[in-house]
Amino acid sequence: MSTIAAERQVPAPRVLTTQPRFSDKVFRAVVTTGGLSSLIILGLIAIFLSYRGFEVLRQEGFHFLTSSDWSITTDDAGNVTESHFGIAAMLVGTILCSIIAVVIALPVSVFSALFLNFYAPAWLKKILVAVIDMMAAFPSILFGIWGFLVLMPSVEYWAKLLNKYLGFLPFFKLHPYVVTRSPFVAGVVLAIMIIPIITSVSREIFSQAPLDRIQAAYALGATRWAMIKAVVIPHGRSGVIGGAMLGLGRAMGETVAVFTVLNIVFQVNWQMLLGVGGNVASLIILKFGEASPYEIKALMAAGLVLFLLTLVVNALADLIVRSTGKSGR
Amino acid sequence: METTTKPSSLADVANAHVQKAPGTRALGTGLETRGIHAWFGKNHVLSDINLDFAAGTVTALIGPSGCGKSTFIRTINRMHEFIPGAAMAGEVLLDGRDVYAAGTDVTKIRLQIGMVFQKPNPFPSMTIGENVLSGLKLSQQKVSNKDELLEECLERAGLWNEVKDRLGAHGGSLSGGQQQRLCIARALAVRPQVLLMDEPCSALDPGSTLRIEETIRHLSDTMTIIIVTHNMQQAARVSDYTAFFLSDGGPGQMIEASPTNEIFSRPRDKRTENYVTGRFG
Ligand SMILES: Nc1ncnc2c1ncn2[C@@H]1O[C@H](COP(=O)(O)OP(=O)(O)OP(=O)(O)O)[C@@H](O)[C@H]1O
Ligand SMILES: [Mg+2]
Repeated sequence: MSTIAAERQVPAPRVLTTQPRFSDKVFRAVVTTGGLSSLIILGLIAIFLSYRGFEVLRQEGFHFLTSSDWSITTDDAGNVTESHFGIAAMLVGTILCSIIAVVIALPVSVFSALFLNFYAPAWLKKILVAVIDMMAAFPSILFGIWGFLVLMPSVEYWAKLLNKYLGFLPFFKLHPYVVTRSPFVAGVVLAIMIIPIITSVSREIFSQAPLDRIQAAYALGATRWAMIKAVVIPHGRSGVIGGAMLGLGRAMGETVAVFTVLNIVFQVNWQMLLGVGGNVASLIILKFGEASPYEIKALMAAGLVLFLLTLVVNALADLIVRSTGKSGR
Repeated sequence: METTTKPSSLADVANAHVQKAPGTRALGTGLETRGIHAWFGKNHVLSDINLDFAAGTVTALIGPSGCGKSTFIRTINRMHEFIPGAAMAGEVLLDGRDVYAAGTDVTKIRLQIGMVFQKPNPFPSMTIGENVLSGLKLSQQKVSNKDELLEECLERAGLWNEVKDRLGAHGGSLSGGQQQRLCIARALAVRPQVLLMDEPCSALDPGSTLRIEETIRHLSDTMTIIIVTHNMQQAARVSDYTAFFLSDGGPGQMIEASPTNEIFSRPRDKRTENYVTGRFG
């Protein structure tokens, strides 16, 4: 037997084909169109932004990212005589505010997701899930107004508390007279906005933790918390990171809420309790109304940078999810 | 199925191993169930089960599908109560103490009464070594001689030689049979008095099955084992006692419990005889 088999030539792998049915072809066409259209729309946006922003980007060069001037001078005829555009301060503000938001929102969301899935009685779970889903659908201006009317007046107290215990870090330096319109306030507002997203994603992934492993843990004498640590969190880790990145993306792109609570100041500021900041999206909304055609091009360029930043964050998220996903399963 | 197996041949198999006198070197004094009933919602699935499991013996639970064997062993280690709407009545006495008594710490009960499931379920995020010791971590126990314990448990589960060089590999990288022995090793590491096994070999090949049966015979020196099986040969090979469960449309009942060689050679109940001779079920 074996000698015959050895003499026989090893064939090349066959090409596997199948004759698709008509209905299958139609369905394939529909989903392909759907799938490609989002890609095309995304591409068109990128091209549009690049096209409109290109002139300014070429004019400013790398300074567009590193400087923080935003000025334009026109003569009486409306021609631009001098212009400086740089979004460093807004980029820093975008990153700072959204990081504050995620740092606050992530633990809150993970613990609420765990509570909802494993501790809350059924009736309470139903109510809370409805409330959280509703929060996700709230218009962001409402969060902005809440931040403006409710959070700002009381934030000084919180800021002092933070400063008292973490004041040795430069991030937390306190400047009492301007604290109310600081990136910290914006971060808190953003955090509340993205908590529903991260909670929903986490809840979904936690609820998919394999039941047989959960039972295995309990059968080994695990308490509920020990079971969660051993089974649910390893299973959900990559999904939670994905949810956090989704939240980060939303926080980075948020316009109205940040615009309502923040002082838009063109000055690079990494101190979260100092009332100086802004983000790229709020810059656009601040300037868009009365911008000259040339300034609008600058705003488009800023939009392009924000777009690319979001892409980079999503790519990073994907990378993290992939690398942790393997060990988690 | 064993439709051609005559009762006498199963009895021969059962007679081939020495039936143990209970309570030799085993931990504890055994397990008793008193008047166990179980419900899923309004569905009464188990009625009045009274069984004694002497320390250091192996008892096989047999019976047709859906007669409540799994439900019964899950009432023993209080896993039954995880299912929403599940209820039970009766007492489970471990060393004479009711595991359902008020003020009992359920997690302690589950440490004393270990369980091996039908489908191997190692923790995928842990290595082989971590899996074996996971029970200690989960129940927040500390041991000084981790490596010794690891080797001992894997040895007793019949897996040591196959995995000793790759303890750091993931639990999921083992074959199904190896994974099941890993789960047995994991259950042993917390040193249970009683080990419940719900069809532990039903997903395995004959070779792995034999290894696990050997393991069960060894383990029964030091612990009380209750094994659910659909394989009559297996019941005859590994168990000292056999209990036959049956549901005749209503809740499952325990029809007959006897020494294994007796139940296969001269069953007292006609229904038992029909079942073990393969005439139904
Ligand atoms: N989670 C559940 N919810 C509702 N009913 C259940 C549940 N699990 C089991 N039952 C019912 O309880 C009865 C006993 O089931 P059980 O799983 O104990 O049977 P079994 O003897 O282990 O069967 P098998 O040999 O097929 O494993 C069955 O009628 C089944 O439909
Ligand atoms: Mg079963």
